[in-house]
Amino acid sequence: MCAVACADAFAGSGRVLAHAVGTVPSIGARLARLTSNPELALSDGEAFLMAEPPPLGGTAADGGVVEGWLPFRSVFDVLAAGRRHSMMGASQVDRFGNQNISRIGPDWNRPKRQLIGARGAPGNTVNHRTDYWVARHSPRVFVEAVDVVCGVGHDRARAHPSTALRFHDLGVVITDLAVLDYDGEGRLRIRTVHPGVTPDEVRARTGFPLDGPVAGRTRSPTAEELRLIREVIDPRGLRDREVPG
Amino acid sequence: MTRKTLELGDLTTVVESGMTIGIGGWGSRRKPMALVRQLLRSDVTDLTVVSFGGPDVGLLCAAGKVRRVVYGFVSLDSIALDPHFRAAREQRGLPVTEYDEGMFVAALRAGAQRLSFLPTRAGLESDVLRMNPELRTVASPYDDEVYVAVPGIRPDVALIHLHRGDVHGNGQYLGPDPYFDDVFSLAADRTVLSVERLVETAELAAAAPQSLLVNRLFVDAVVEAPGGAHFTTCVPDYGRDELFQQTYADAAGSPERWEAFAAEYLNGDEASYHAAVRALHARRVPEGATA
Repeated sequence: MCAVACADAFAGSGRVLAHAVGTVPSIGARLARLTSNPELALSDGEAFLMAEPPPLGGTAADGGVVEGWLPFRSVFDVLAAGRRHSMMGASQVDRFGNQNISRIGPDWNRPKRQLIGARGAPGNTVNHRTDYWVARHSPRVFVEAVDVVCGVGHDRARAHPSTALRFHDLGVVITDLAVLDYDGEGRLRIRTVHPGVTPDEVRARTGFPLDGPVAGRTRSPTAEELRLIREVIDPRGLRDREVPG
Repeated sequence: MTRKTLELGDLTTVVESGMTIGIGGWGSRRKPMALVRQLLRSDVTDLTVVSFGGPDVGLLCAAGKVRRVVYGFVSLDSIALDPHFRAAREQRGLPVTEYDEGMFVAALRAGAQRLSFLPTRAGLESDVLRMNPELRTVASPYDDEVYVAVPGIRPDVALIHLHRGDVHGNGQYLGPDPYFDDVFSLAADRTVLSVERLVETAELAAAAPQSLLVNRLFVDAVVEAPGGAHFTTCVPDYGRDELFQQTYADAAGSPERWEAFAAEYLNGDEASYHAAVRALHARRVPEGATA
């Protein structure tokens, strides 16, 4: 379900480099490449572009057809050129899509929890389409205000006085409960809830109001998509470690 | 041509307390770990470390040798966060300069070109600018764009590790990614290159010319250090030692565990380090199995 939602996020991206952080987004990107978006380019997580989706957790060293060389220095060039689509994790997200992966706590100099750092989030969000994946939808993630803005949200992007943020493009936030997108004011709202989940459950586990109508239910995978996920993309079932059940 | 070979034990003739050191590699990949271990054995301290951080940052933090870390991230790759770095931040409030990765690259490239800054879009409207209030933006003279002006970084010394090299300081990488080791060598005032194996200059041309990543123009000392990237990956020579990396990470659990880890692995010389690593793996061979 979540993987298919991730794949749908990549469906309309066209000829871009998929950047997927986490197991479910990685499955989603591979699934999109095999179904809805054959133009999508996938990396092996190391330095190679792969003509066919590499096995989950594997690199070019484990086999497969290499179609390009993409060392880290080139990733920054592709990113700045804008031909990329990221789906990143988020330790915190606020209603405008500001994302934090740097540190938790009010004191930046002595954080309650030091996280990985801003990584590429500031640059990704001002250069190309960026989505977020949250494996456990909770009010600890969906907060009123993030402690550190790494990925830039709509409020800040719209307040920026120059034209430099014209490539800012937040798409969706996919969680274990729902798919969220942004309304005309740049605020998060529920687009679809996963089967068996009610909008009220999503709202109860979100630290800010989610207003507006809910478009409906997240679609279920087709038989062919299920086959691809189970037999081709993730035969070892790594997805179950990220989202139990 | 000058021979630039340096004994590992003489590293402190190049690296001194208070310096800014740039460390090549990426996360837990091809880090100059033998050079880092040598710093741990030395009196050198009060270092500003500039790195796409991995266990180089964690080890130097755990040993109390770091004044500040400048980074785009600190990660062990297969383990998301280096616990020693995390402890230094959470328990001691270790000062950091945290950049977006693209900003970090801009800082290195600016340093390499001796520019005071390079512009980038990355970082605009993010808290990276608020966490580092010394950062400024620059208005484009051509249109209505504004960019982050990332100040150039020029380390006193760069430490990098490659697969092959010669005594003159020419260096070759044989793995899939150069990372930014050549940029570090350009940006730093002096560069120490450690290599898995020293070879004759003529042997370097056996591989593709693109593999000759750094050259003697920008290398001041060459250290032959087999296993010099252990426990990080140095493919094709060897991969990451995940068992040892986990052992290293677990040592962050308490000061006592760090002391025990240091006693077993870090307090001797490089040969005893590798012997202790072999012993760790030997202990993990199941009962009755033949190695």
